Amino acid sequence: MKRYSAFAIAREAIRGHLGWERAWANPEPRERYDVIIVGAGGHGLATAYYLGKNHGITNVAVLEKGWLGGGNTGRNTTIIRSNYLQDPSAAIYEKARSLYETLSQDLNYNVMFSPRGVMMLAQTEHEVRGYKRTAHANALQGVSTEYIGPERVKELCPIIRIEGPRYPVLGALWQPRGGTARHDAVAWGLARACSDMGMHILQKCAVTGVRRAGDRVVGVETTRGPIGCDKLGVVVAGHSGVLADMAGFRLPIESVALQALVSEPIKPCMDVVVMANTVHGYMSQSDKGEMVIGGGADGYNNYTQRGSFHHIEETVRALIETFPMLSRLKMLRQWGGIVDMTGDRSPILSKTPVEGVFINCGWGTGGFKAIPGSGWAMAELMATGASPLADPFSLGRFREGRFIDESVAAGVAH
Amino acid sequence: MLTLTCPYCGVAACETELAPGGEAHLERFGPGSSDADFEAYLFLRQNPHGVHIERWRHAMGCGKWFHAVRDTVTMEVFGTYPAQTYGPPEEIVAKVRERHPDWQVPEGGA
Repeated sequence: MKRYSAFAIAREAIRGHLGWERAWANPEPRERYDVIIVGAGGHGLATAYYLGKNHGITNVAVLEKGWLGGGNTGRNTTIIRSNYLQDPSAAIYEKARSLYETLSQDLNYNVMFSPRGVMMLAQTEHEVRGYKRTAHANALQGVSTEYIGPERVKELCPIIRIEGPRYPVLGALWQPRGGTARHDAVAWGLARACSDMGMHILQKCAVTGVRRAGDRVVGVETTRGPIGCDKLGVVVAGHSGVLADMAGFRLPIESVALQALVSEPIKPCMDVVVMANTVHGYMSQSDKGEMVIGGGADGYNNYTQRGSFHHIEETVRALIETFPMLSRLKMLRQWGGIVDMTGDRSPILSKTPVEGVFINCGWGTGGFKAIPGSGWAMAELMATGASPLADPFSLGRFREGRFIDESVAAGVAH
Repeated sequence: MLTLTCPYCGVAACETELAPGGEAHLERFGPGSSDADFEAYLFLRQNPHGVHIERWRHAMGCGKWFHAVRDTVTMEVFGTYPAQTYGPPEEIVAKVRERHPDWQVPEGGA
């Protein structure tokens, strides 16, 4: 693979841009692979990438029923942060955030990681206490966050109205090295790196069944024929339940639609990410100038990738109170993704009742930020059978009562 | 916008009037049950890609719990029925089978 560099741009400029290669190959499936990963979203590709990079396993296929990065990887609001209360969450999300810092260099692909800072507004006394507690917990976990007062909030984000009538801004939890990245580039960069290691990325290849010999997985049935494998990694987010059903076990997962929307592009007015959990809306400004807005998830199971209409109104109404300037903006487009919610709102990275099948799911409404850390931990789990980052997130925690209860810690889906 | 007809008061209520209550007809396990049963009752869900039987409460109306049978992919509603039963009535099952001929009422209550 030719490397991307300033020199390559100069060379191609002279040659009329005829020398650029395809970023990843489009091969025919082999009969069998050592490892099959189902799902070519960020988490699946990161799992494959770190299997090759950290563990030397490159006879790997990544199967995708649609196109690469066409699920939640291309549908999220691209926020990256690691200001979690519980130790296992802080560990895996901070691992991911720190990997994002150098991901562009690692992949030789610009993922446009922008550590512009993330602030989570405290708009009730309850939240003030909660975020001070989180800041103290983060100090112990080695995650750099601080609790800041309303004056500092206004200084960092001048378009905020501090004196809102219903929910004044009382302070915020500030993570200066949080931020955003280009979501498609993360998937594309990982795919290019995986393809370069000789892995196969098979798009339009839906898994229709899981082949077992007794309690062991031996392969999968797909729309492009049967493919054998030693180990199977299921990394399919909202559709995890469907795959688990094929393999013959059940998951503590419910799938709901979460939606986001963007405004028309405007001049730069906000260079941080702001999350307002009490009123449930979060916003950042994209490089194109659109205000990227995320809101609440549907309360009931569905697979529509659309979301309930009234959530848009709730989200926008809440944000207009805190950001009055938004009231004149037109919204450009809206979309939904299917998120997989667990009982404690923390992910599952685990072995399963079927030997050789590993599952990585349950990232719920906040999976994008975790992509490199999740891939790192999942690769370690699949290659060695154990991973200090992944082990607290095993399926067994629901039976044993070892919850990683971020739903209580955050007060909302997060 | 999802609209369900409350089987008690007959009002066609939109989803902002209703509170979702998750999968219906769960078999309850409490103190003295095995860990596996208790886990299944609390956490494991069918989460079907298709027909789902679920609980709803007419929160901004009569306040009563009822059941709905709905397709999670097409959002088609097959019908609603009162809460004091162990499964959907025959006419709703028949309506589901017009769309999904092989559909069976899930075992274990739901």
